[in-house]
Amino acid sequence: MRRLALGLAAFAGLSFGATAAGAQDITVGFVTSLSGPASSIGLNYEKGINAAYAYQAEVDGHKINLVKLDDGSDPSAATQNARKLVQQNHVDLMIGTSSAPGTNAMLTVANELKVPFIGVSPVNVPIPATGHPWGIAVPQTPNLMVKVIADRMKREGIKTTGFIGFTDSWGDLVYNGAKAAEKDGDPQVTSNERYSRTDTSVTAQALKVMATKPDALLDGGSATQAALPLLEMRKLGFKGNFYGTPALLNRDFVRIGGKAAEGVQVSAGPVIVTSQLPDSHFSKKIGTTFHEVFKKVNNAEADDGFSGYSFDGWLIFLNAAKVALKTAKPGTPEFHEALMQAIYSNKDVAGVHAVYNFTPKSYYGVDARSLVVVKLVDGKWVYQP
Amino acid sequence: MNSQIAAILTMDGVATGAIYVLIALGFVLIFAVTRIIFVPFGDITAFTALTLADLEAKRLPGTASMIAALALVAALMEVVALLRSGGASRIPRALLYYLALPLVPAAVVWATAGVMLPAPLRIALTLMLILPLAPLLDRIVFRPIADASVLLLLIVSVALHFALVGMGLLFFGPEGVRTQSLVDFSTDIAGTPVSGETLLIVGSAAFFSFLLYLFFNFTLTGKALHATAMNRTGARLMGIRPQRSGTIAFLLGSLLAAVSGILIAPVNTIFYDSGFLIGLKAFVGAIIGGLVSFPVTAIGSVFVGILESFAAFQSSPFKEVIVFSILIPVLLWRSYSFVQTEEEDEE
Repeated sequence: MRRLALGLAAFAGLSFGATAAGAQDITVGFVTSLSGPASSIGLNYEKGINAAYAYQAEVDGHKINLVKLDDGSDPSAATQNARKLVQQNHVDLMIGTSSAPGTNAMLTVANELKVPFIGVSPVNVPIPATGHPWGIAVPQTPNLMVKVIADRMKREGIKTTGFIGFTDSWGDLVYNGAKAAEKDGDPQVTSNERYSRTDTSVTAQALKVMATKPDALLDGGSATQAALPLLEMRKLGFKGNFYGTPALLNRDFVRIGGKAAEGVQVSAGPVIVTSQLPDSHFSKKIGTTFHEVFKKVNNAEADDGFSGYSFDGWLIFLNAAKVALKTAKPGTPEFHEALMQAIYSNKDVAGVHAVYNFTPKSYYGVDARSLVVVKLVDGKWVYQP
Repeated sequence: MNSQIAAILTMDGVATGAIYVLIALGFVLIFAVTRIIFVPFGDITAFTALTLADLEAKRLPGTASMIAALALVAALMEVVALLRSGGASRIPRALLYYLALPLVPAAVVWATAGVMLPAPLRIALTLMLILPLAPLLDRIVFRPIADASVLLLLIVSVALHFALVGMGLLFFGPEGVRTQSLVDFSTDIAGTPVSGETLLIVGSAAFFSFLLYLFFNFTLTGKALHATAMNRTGARLMGIRPQRSGTIAFLLGSLLAAVSGILIAPVNTIFYDSGFLIGLKAFVGAIIGGLVSFPVTAIGSVFVGILESFAAFQSSPFKEVIVFSILIPVLLWRSYSFVQTEEEDEE
């Protein structure tokens, strides 16, 4: 019995010693979906964070430990992961995840346990009534994605635009965004036609849009099946331009859309066209570094927007940690508070997607600079200044 | 809406309806002979399109391994059943039908993987690959419960659909496909542009309906099938094996699903899970025909296609609601206007 107690004491001492030695390290938890339906984009987030960790793994002499977990595209697993990260791994900050419901779940845990959280997917948890929220969201808002492309239509002299989109919430977001932009003097939306991913034909919807004689068409679909309305409209002889959102930035969309999709213009994070940006652009320098590191770490080109969100989340964290380390020690509640305050007080943090300015009033901190317009020319996305 | 728009909508509706005709005929055929509402019909259609696209992209289609796995299971079940019933002498024959024959197209596909075959050969190969799918599923899933109630068969059928969708995701992946056009031709009918694809779809539907008509009226097998559909017990007394009739019905069903899949592949993007909705709408057409009448089923399916097209024009978000809502008046009409025939089954 005594030996057991001694052994236990020795073990406790050892583990205490280990903790003490690593007390100055900063621990960051990262969650993404490496399995399940969200894994096709979840893998991109994973590659992005790998590039970010290779880019910089220490702040002012403090080593950063990165703990990565898979949530299997399941929001309840994301919740468990968030709790595990805070209670077992004692992380100072969390980054995650690849689905919106999972991200909301992690944010809820962050608010409860008071640990800073950087969301890399859109969130819509209500802002707490008292104090400040414990999280932010990196991506551009859907409203902004539509606003930027609607402004571009206006600049090109387009007065009216038709709309065909998915019957799901994504279609609603794009349509509502276009309607909101219409109030600000952007092109008038003449139709609200819907289709679903498994539909066999959109001829009727395309005819209805044609009947309203719009100058252009706004595509509220996403991924591969977003090409369907474009193919149908061209078949019916529509001559106007096509416009869309970043949801169209997809290899299979380009493959299926073929000739009909040629010339379509969409709003996109600048990281998609880093090499084509002018040198004066905020994203040029950091974006080039990102693409280089990404290629070295993952042996592939970063041709998606998602890996950039992970990378930007990491940059926001690095900037905040630099400030927070001046006032508090990693692993303490004071450090968590200082990190969150630093995220809010740091101004104009340039990432590969956007220039970030966060406030406790909103989860989002991006402005119109976070989106550029790109055009599909010969199957390649080309930057349109 | 002017007459030009109405004409285009009708054309579009007829083309969609023609696809539904092929599938709905399969529904009626299989139901009449085996009393199974074969829910996974649409999935087989989608798998055909995906197989064709895989061959076009010089990839080994997931169907090949799917068929190989199913053939192994079916052959094993058949051998065990024969051994238990003391019919060991018929084992070589069973192995030929359940293992060797389905594996031939799979082997051809496997051997030619990576080689770009000419389009007609690709289509023929796809048809051959898909053909054994429904009969194998019949052997594995439905044969052991052939005498169960219609309700049980329907529930098993729904479960089979979900299993197939899962297998589709596993074997074909989540991306949608669209194959090259079969014909590059377009013409004007009364001032309305009509694509060659539309003509091909409508023509094929008419052709296969006519073939079925010939089959049922002028061949012995067709008459045997018809007899099984009319009265199972009576047919058995006349020396017709209901099991064999069932297999033939599933084989024909597979053929119809495969043809519709090949026709739909170039006109729309097909995903591994696209089939269910196509099948469900064809089922509405089959219901209009009361799951017995082939001509009324064909007319009903075309009607569903046209209704869908006009509904999408009037109010696209409510398109599906409108299409499936017609089931209610149709069912009311059918239950009031038809004299209930005496239930011959044990239910």
